[in-house]
Amino acid sequence: MARTILIVDDSASMRQVVAFTLRQAGFAVLEGANGQEALHQLGSQRVDLIVTDLNMPVMDGITLIRNVRGKPNTRAIPVLMLTTESQDAKKQEGKAAGATGWIVKPFHPEKLLQTIARVLP
Amino acid sequence: MQPVEMGTYTAEGNQFLTFTLGAEEYGIEILKVQEIKGYSAITHIPNAPPHVKGVMNLRGTVVPVVDLRAKFSMEPVEYTKFTVIIVVMVGQKIAGLVVDAVSDVLNIAAADVRPAPDFGARCDTRFISGVVSIGDKLAVLLDINKLLCEEEIAGAAGGH
Amino acid sequence: MQVDLNRFRETFFQESAEHLAEMEAGVLKLDQGAFDPELLNGIFRAAHSIKGSSGMFGLDEVSRFTHALESLLDRIRAGEIPVTKPLSDLLLRATDRLRQLLDAAASGGPVPEGIESVRDELHLAQRVQSPAGGEPVRLRESDRDMTTAARQIYQVHFRPAAEIFAQAMDPLLLLRDLARLGESASIQADCTALPELSGLDPERCYLAWNIRLETAKPAEEVRDVFAFVEDGAQIRIEVEELKPAAEVAAPAAAVAQPVNRDASIRVATSKVDRLVDLVGELVIAQSMAHAIVHDFSMARLGELQESIAQMERYTHDLQERVMSVRMLPISHIFGRFPRLVRDISVQLSKNVRLEISGEDTELDKGVVEQMADPLTHLIRNAIDHGIESSEERMRRGKPEQGLIRLAAFHQGGSVVVEVSDDGGGLNLERIQNKAVERGLVPSSEVLSEAQICDLIFSPGFSTSQQVSNLSGRGVGMDVVRRNVEALNGSVSLSTEPGAGTKIRIQLPLTLAILDGLSVRVGAETYLLPLVAIHESIRPRPEQLKTLTGRGEAVLVRGDALPLLRLHQLFAISGAIGDPCRGLTVIVEHAGQRFALLVDELLGEQQVVIKSLEANYRKVEGVLGATILGDGRAALILDVAGLAPTARHENLDRAA
Repeated sequence: MARTILIVDDSASMRQVVAFTLRQAGFAVLEGANGQEALHQLGSQRVDLIVTDLNMPVMDGITLIRNVRGKPNTRAIPVLMLTTESQDAKKQEGKAAGATGWIVKPFHPEKLLQTIARVLP
Repeated sequence: MQPVEMGTYTAEGNQFLTFTLGAEEYGIEILKVQEIKGYSAITHIPNAPPHVKGVMNLRGTVVPVVDLRAKFSMEPVEYTKFTVIIVVMVGQKIAGLVVDAVSDVLNIAAADVRPAPDFGARCDTRFISGVVSIGDKLAVLLDINKLLCEEEIAGAAGGH
Repeated sequence: MQVDLNRFRETFFQESAEHLAEMEAGVLKLDQGAFDPELLNGIFRAAHSIKGSSGMFGLDEVSRFTHALESLLDRIRAGEIPVTKPLSDLLLRATDRLRQLLDAAASGGPVPEGIESVRDELHLAQRVQSPAGGEPVRLRESDRDMTTAARQIYQVHFRPAAEIFAQAMDPLLLLRDLARLGESASIQADCTALPELSGLDPERCYLAWNIRLETAKPAEEVRDVFAFVEDGAQIRIEVEELKPAAEVAAPAAAVAQPVNRDASIRVATSKVDRLVDLVGELVIAQSMAHAIVHDFSMARLGELQESIAQMERYTHDLQERVMSVRMLPISHIFGRFPRLVRDISVQLSKNVRLEISGEDTELDKGVVEQMADPLTHLIRNAIDHGIESSEERMRRGKPEQGLIRLAAFHQGGSVVVEVSDDGGGLNLERIQNKAVERGLVPSSEVLSEAQICDLIFSPGFSTSQQVSNLSGRGVGMDVVRRNVEALNGSVSLSTEPGAGTKIRIQLPLTLAILDGLSVRVGAETYLLPLVAIHESIRPRPEQLKTLTGRGEAVLVRGDALPLLRLHQLFAISGAIGDPCRGLTVIVEHAGQRFALLVDELLGEQQVVIKSLEANYRKVEGVLGATILGDGRAALILDVAGLAPTARHENLDRAA
């Protein structure tokens, strides 16, 4: 059965690119435009990995990570943060909140797949 | 006598759709023909040339209808349910030609086409691309693009 | 694996355009003195988004430029740099440059001039206030894969932080990754820290591992495997040399390619959902009708009629909604005007402010796009010729700052867009004189105010003393009118000398659907746009007048309206010739009313406008055609096109 990745980013073009890359690689993809939508998806769907941006309206990435780590049925889901190199403080915050890893933007789609391979069994 | 321009033909020939107007036989290139349909209601257009009878509904598109009898200054006849309209493509536009009846689709070799004889004062022969013998009859081949030229179809100075 | 990103570039460019608009709007507000942390955050986020996504698509120029902009914005929102006029000017210029950069990227054109210098300015601006002497952040070089010559043996010791599981990271994955790096690896677990079962917390990691890894990869890559888990972990990597291997260089980053831009529309998913629902309902209604027909009896006739009526309703709804998919709010083009007004005011040394209302008013996408140029011209005109200089305004006792109002709203079946100014208004006498001079009107003719105003739209008409290079570039009011009328709209003007001018543009809600009144003249059916119709009356004989030199008219409540006989105009036989036995439909165009003589009214109906020009040509007085319920084609009359005939026809005939 295909594994499911939830991509969370308020940029539609970003989501499109990531979703396309992931689907090509055989993953099933769910999308959310912010943390709130992501939680909604997590509430009803089985997700194997979350890839999330940090700067989003309604609910940002860090808060999403905290929420994910705070619930019993989602706390074991690996989470990758999408960061930019100037966001070091945010990255630390994300780690402290429980992020599994991160990918620095801009990234080559190959790199995304490689990073995902590192955190998905 | 004016020399008549011959259209471009391939060595093998072209396929023509032949039709009748009164006692005379005409032909137009099959490639220009989109379809043949029966008579349908024609809506009059104000201030149009006499041979542009109006427009008709062709599956949702409004298409002008030209009466070839009127164009050739022949006696008009009444349209009946047997009247045929040949829908032709003229550049980017389509138009309908009202004719008496459709005859046949024929392969006509370029070698068999002769220049049109002088019809005298009868009509403007720019749009005749040649004549050909079919059996014992003479069919007049028409150049559709020249027949339905700008003033009818594309607007501009002419008319009212 | 090849991943082709080109198909997503369209979305990226659309998104970036939106972000750019947000940025510009935000900076304009800043410019006007609004200092609000949320505003700054919004501007920053917009730049940040463009930066992030542009990098994804290999648009390095855009990315670098936006990075400089973003850094500056970050300092501003942190309060480290104050917002001054020169600064907001710089930000506006940077926004322009960014727009140019994105356009160039979208079309595959060359990088525009002057990008470097603006970017330098952005960097410079950052240094101004920063105590630390802010160095511009340099972008990291894109990763280049280089394998070193030698294969080595690494001894790796890895004791993860006890809380590693809280990151949802399984150490097994790391060991697997390590193993994959090399040609061989042997792994040994170190269980020395493992407590008794009774004291074991399953959520803590007590294990460590020793790995002997043989690989040609460099130490950084080995280290990199642990990148996510470095904090709190013990990681030791020791090296032993082995033998050399071949060098491999990796390819550079993807080259930006020109995009094929198909026109596309962004549609709210709710709109699409509703369409999907409607189609579903239609299919159900259709199968119900089918079932009735299949098992028909006269007793079921009513049922069938109802079923068909239902289908009609759904189809009608569907038609409207599909058209509305093409609807865009007019804010799409209104958005550029605050900037335009600011720039032109500065250029012409006028003090003007712009008020906008009704930006949410929706119009067909095609109409909206076509309105950009005419509106731009009208606004330029208003600032250039309408609004007086500050001194002049004060002398007249007006507020120093001129006001231009741009409003859009629905009225009846149309959308109305008004451009008004509180400037000096038009000099009606001068206009009339000019018209007489140009032979547009006979000198003896007495014109109403509305008619004089309408003269402005005559081709080649211009009363300004000098044609300024802003508004006088051959984009005259006549072109505005032509453009509007090409969209089946109308434009008119009213003015109050000394107080201001208002230009009113009326546009159809959609391009293709018309609310019409069908009328019969002889055996022909025509449609009149409902929106142009005032009323219809059967005049009494005493209401009909023949005015010498002017033709026929119908007296309606004191006004003599020119009477146009459609049966004569269209050479229709068998029609009613006596207005008192037929009906006169009173229509209006550009503020003027006139009457059309028809045989009878057939009823109101909504029709789809079919183009007559597509296969035939434009016919005076005819707006288009439509297909009636019985399959016949019918002509839709163009009230605007008939109006001049109403005037002149009567003049001619009376002569």
